[in-house]
Amino acid sequence: MSALLTEPFLTALIAGAVTAGMPLLLAGLGEQISEKAGVLNIGIEGMMLLGAYTGFVVTYTTGSFALGFLGGALGGMLASLIVLVLCIRLGLNQIVIGIAVTVGMQGLTSLLHYFEFSREYPRLAAAPVWVLPVLGQIPVLGKALFSHTALVYASVVLVAVLTWVFRATHWGLDLEAAGQRPAALDAAGVDVLRTRAAAVLSTGFLSGLGGAYLSIVGAGIFVPFMTGGAGFIGIVLAMLARGRPLWVLLGAILFGVSLALTTALQVAGIDVPTDVVQMLPFVVVMIVLVVFARHSMLPPALGSPYTRGER
Amino acid sequence: MMTLPAPLAMAVRVVAPIALALAVGGFALELLGKNPIAYYGFVLERGLLRPGGLQETVTRMAPLLLIAAGLIVAFRAGMWNLGSDGQFLLAAVTAAGLAPALADTLPRALVLVASLLAGALVGALWSLTPAILKARFGLNEIITTLMMSFLGVSLSNVLIKLLLRDPGTTVPQTRSLPVEERLPRLFDTTVHSGLLIALAAVIGVHLLMTRTAFGLRVQVLGTNRAAAVHAGLEVERLILAAFTLSAALIGLGGAVEVLGVWGTVRADWNPAYGALVVPLVFLARLNGYAVIALTLFFAALMTGGESAARRMGVPQNYVLVLVALVLMFLALIEYLDRRRPRIA
Amino acid sequence: MGRGQGARAHELGHGAREVVAADRDVTDSDAAAGPDAAATPDAAAARQAVASLREVTKRFPGIVALERVSLEFRAGETHILLGENGAGKSTLVNLLAGMLRPDEGEILVQGRAVRITSPRRSHELGIGVVYQQLLLVPSLTVLENLMLGGPWWRPLRRAAALARFEDLSRMLGTRIDPDARVGALSLGEQQHVEIIRALWRDETLLLLDEPTSMLTPQGVLDLGRMLQGLKARGTALVLITHKLPEAFAFGDRISVLRQGRLAGALEPERLRAMSGAERTDTVLALMFGADAEPAPAERERLAGRTVHHGARVARTEPPLLALREVSTRGSRGSRGETPLEGVSLELWPGEVLGIAGVDGNGQKHLAEVIAGQRAASAGRIEIAGADVTRGRVPERRRAGVRYVTDERLGEGTVGPFSVATNLVLKEIGAAPLWRHGITDWDRIERHAREVIAQYDIRTPSERTPIAKLSGGNIQKVLLARELDPGARVAILNKPTHGLDFRNAQLALERIGAAAARGLALIVISTELDELLEVSDRIGVMYRGRLAGIVENAAQAERRIGVLMTGAAAA
Repeated sequence: MSALLTEPFLTALIAGAVTAGMPLLLAGLGEQISEKAGVLNIGIEGMMLLGAYTGFVVTYTTGSFALGFLGGALGGMLASLIVLVLCIRLGLNQIVIGIAVTVGMQGLTSLLHYFEFSREYPRLAAAPVWVLPVLGQIPVLGKALFSHTALVYASVVLVAVLTWVFRATHWGLDLEAAGQRPAALDAAGVDVLRTRAAAVLSTGFLSGLGGAYLSIVGAGIFVPFMTGGAGFIGIVLAMLARGRPLWVLLGAILFGVSLALTTALQVAGIDVPTDVVQMLPFVVVMIVLVVFARHSMLPPALGSPYTRGER
Repeated sequence: MMTLPAPLAMAVRVVAPIALALAVGGFALELLGKNPIAYYGFVLERGLLRPGGLQETVTRMAPLLLIAAGLIVAFRAGMWNLGSDGQFLLAAVTAAGLAPALADTLPRALVLVASLLAGALVGALWSLTPAILKARFGLNEIITTLMMSFLGVSLSNVLIKLLLRDPGTTVPQTRSLPVEERLPRLFDTTVHSGLLIALAAVIGVHLLMTRTAFGLRVQVLGTNRAAAVHAGLEVERLILAAFTLSAALIGLGGAVEVLGVWGTVRADWNPAYGALVVPLVFLARLNGYAVIALTLFFAALMTGGESAARRMGVPQNYVLVLVALVLMFLALIEYLDRRRPRIA
Repeated sequence: MGRGQGARAHELGHGAREVVAADRDVTDSDAAAGPDAAATPDAAAARQAVASLREVTKRFPGIVALERVSLEFRAGETHILLGENGAGKSTLVNLLAGMLRPDEGEILVQGRAVRITSPRRSHELGIGVVYQQLLLVPSLTVLENLMLGGPWWRPLRRAAALARFEDLSRMLGTRIDPDARVGALSLGEQQHVEIIRALWRDETLLLLDEPTSMLTPQGVLDLGRMLQGLKARGTALVLITHKLPEAFAFGDRISVLRQGRLAGALEPERLRAMSGAERTDTVLALMFGADAEPAPAERERLAGRTVHHGARVARTEPPLLALREVSTRGSRGSRGETPLEGVSLELWPGEVLGIAGVDGNGQKHLAEVIAGQRAASAGRIEIAGADVTRGRVPERRRAGVRYVTDERLGEGTVGPFSVATNLVLKEIGAAPLWRHGITDWDRIERHAREVIAQYDIRTPSERTPIAKLSGGNIQKVLLARELDPGARVAILNKPTHGLDFRNAQLALERIGAAAARGLALIVISTELDELLEVSDRIGVMYRGRLAGIVENAAQAERRIGVLMTGAAAA
């Protein structure tokens, strides 16, 4: 048991938690924006996958990690474009299209990967890490928390930025109205569909970024179906966070820790079957859902397309 | 589409999404350097036209039909049961673990019946948590069933690797059920009698939904929940019943697949049929007979696709792309349908 | 200060006149004064048109909502648009609000032809609309709701908004906390917020769609005062209504719409010159056409002169329905509707109990708890002396309780299902239509054909999806279903809501016939004149309590009006 409290184990655990939690954080924040506006984005898993693939490809071909992250974000946006056109503009069923996007992207990315990379399975170099000046010197925490890719720090800042945006800008107000009472927003002179479209694109951007992080930093390689439910966990996080970005962060940390336990335990020399540990995050999700069942809140206009004149 | 007689219009509504998906998918294949006509022709030939292929196609239909039956029940109740993969796999593992253990002591018929029932039961039990969360607290079942699905798949692997493992094999799998103990074959084909169970299930579900009081109650719930409450239906009980029945049928599918075809479950085996059956069921507009026809088509696609993966270098995952396209075109055609001016 | 209030108050129905008599501010000279003093003949002629419609036509599939309508809305004048349900009033509002575009004709603002392509454009043109259904976001505060609509990239400028809010509040005389969540405000306060919102950008034309439908008599007076103030500032006011007393009380000019056409108009001079009876007759003739006039009793009702309904039931046996201290506080699913608090009432066969009160004071819970859809958290419910409190809908139905809901398509029926299926929706599984759980569709359809013939339900067939029927016919289906031979107690929630005059009358007749047959009926309505026509007694709901029950006799209106304000029964 004492092996658990050694520096290598703790460092591996905390650092691993950050790495594992990042995609969840980005996916969760992205989904939160959509949900606020009344769009239930089931296809987020697919958006993450496309982002993972495009991010990997761009990094591999250009050698630039920054471009890779951008490419991943744009890839996610591309996938979200499908939701935008079919669900927001045309008003098709959000759940059916969401399943289509997920399944379609799973197929598409694995297809592309097969044709491009299945022969050599190239790996990326390790992503550049930015060690924070003073904080990086702290024992254990320095290496675990403050020596990560710049994107990690940016994402934490994003949590604060989003909190401010939701509360203190017109866009935040528009999102809330679009999800709670779109007819009121329409009467106030704001284009409801455009607000929702912007929300969906933001979700695509963020989840694509999350997927890119997964392939570039998390694994260093693209493997078909590699998101493994991260997108859906993002949906759970958004559902339980009830509009507060900070809670998404907390939830992502929680899940990140449970995901990172496998590698950390292996570092500590304890051999626990991978499958058992893989179950852990989902068990945690179910427990959280059961315990907080009464408190999960979704906007009333969630999932229903908006048509003017239909009050 | 506006002036066609009703049955023909229905047929067009079903065929059009498939045709469009094949066209767009074929275009993508072209871009990747593969000949789509050759591919589709190959798939058709291997899947339907050769006797061996046809039998394999028909055999594949059994689990698909049972999953479809389960999904029809859930969707008619307005419930999104997206946990079919987990329910299917856990039931398969249960049947795979139980049958060999019973085969030593009990006659074949009893072993099969017991194992099939066990599979159905396990599937139903696995849906209980999402069902109760939905019925009691209105918790979105999309998320809960998906989570339970991931959990179920991992749990199956754990069961295989730790509990039910056959010590005699290198690859982790359950103790194999000898061929004589599996579901009997039909006449002298390689198709097992599980197919009959599956067909009966789909038709049975269809009749249940359209001709019984229970079915009507489920449909009221699925169409308008407020009206269901107003009409005095016991909504919580209906949700639980629909969910567990749905998962039981899916679980039965898992058991049938194991007891009819494989006799064992290998670790990390997950056919993930759910992704294929969901769009199929929508395409059939939840109608049992249409489901049977479309399942034949999808099963042929899978059989032929597997062959094509080996011979033509187009991986099986291409089918996923086709499925997604079918869903999107289906939704589009529904939308165009709705836009037609209504009778005043 | 009291002038505007006093001048018109004596014409308002709904008990307001008696309430006003108690208002100290009204003096005799005020009451005798004519309409707005600023309306001298010269001033009237000089009033320019802020906006006008010229030969505007709007069509929907299968129906012409507006046909070649021309109207003018003048500054400092209250223009009433009168017409019954379905006459085209709401379409007109939507055209000016930018929600719809005219198919033919043109709209002019300040003399120039414009295309109002969106609500934003409508705002820019100086048009403000207060809708019948309040369009506010309940989870946001008052100030946040008012700030809605700014450019998305800008941070919220609270200070500026607060200043504007205070300006407008002062002008209108309202006192509302800007940081209160809108969902927590009363309906009257929410409407004030809507009016502030409509005036946020110094709108020159203000349209109000059925503004008094949700107000107490006092609230109506407040509104009137506010509108007078706006008129004095030169705003052009347009009031849409179907109630004559309101029209005469508030309006300078009245235009009547009938079936999408402008049936006629009464200019200010002509209106002032007419007597009360003349006005009513002229307007009624315009609304319904010279030959197709409603029956005398209905005319009286429309004119605001109510027909009192005498009590006709002898209460010798135990009551058929009794509620004893019933509460629904904390019951599940209370989505912001007011729960019941200790409600007690008794009902006898053949009796009609009307339930009045501003919408949202617990009426929905009352209906649901009697029907069995909602469990009581305290108290007892008895049918013919037997305690049925524990049972739910099926048990209540067996005991003879029936419920006609106000949400016809959202709750009472399943839209995509056929008329036949909807007729048996509450009997699923019961013999003789079901045997051993198997559905006998032939029998169900036969039954439906009989009912359709008997109740004159207009539908292509019994298999038609019920959502395709008109509101009036859907209501016929609901009434046929609920007022069946097995019914003993029926509760009807807003049975005439949204129906045109003829269908509304039909519904009231059916209610009367059911009472004559011996049913005990509860009719919930926001239209007091309707209740006065059919009820033996009228109860008033206020904040979840039954504020009082009044016999439908003389002075009933006044006492009901007082109860509606929350004062104890006189």
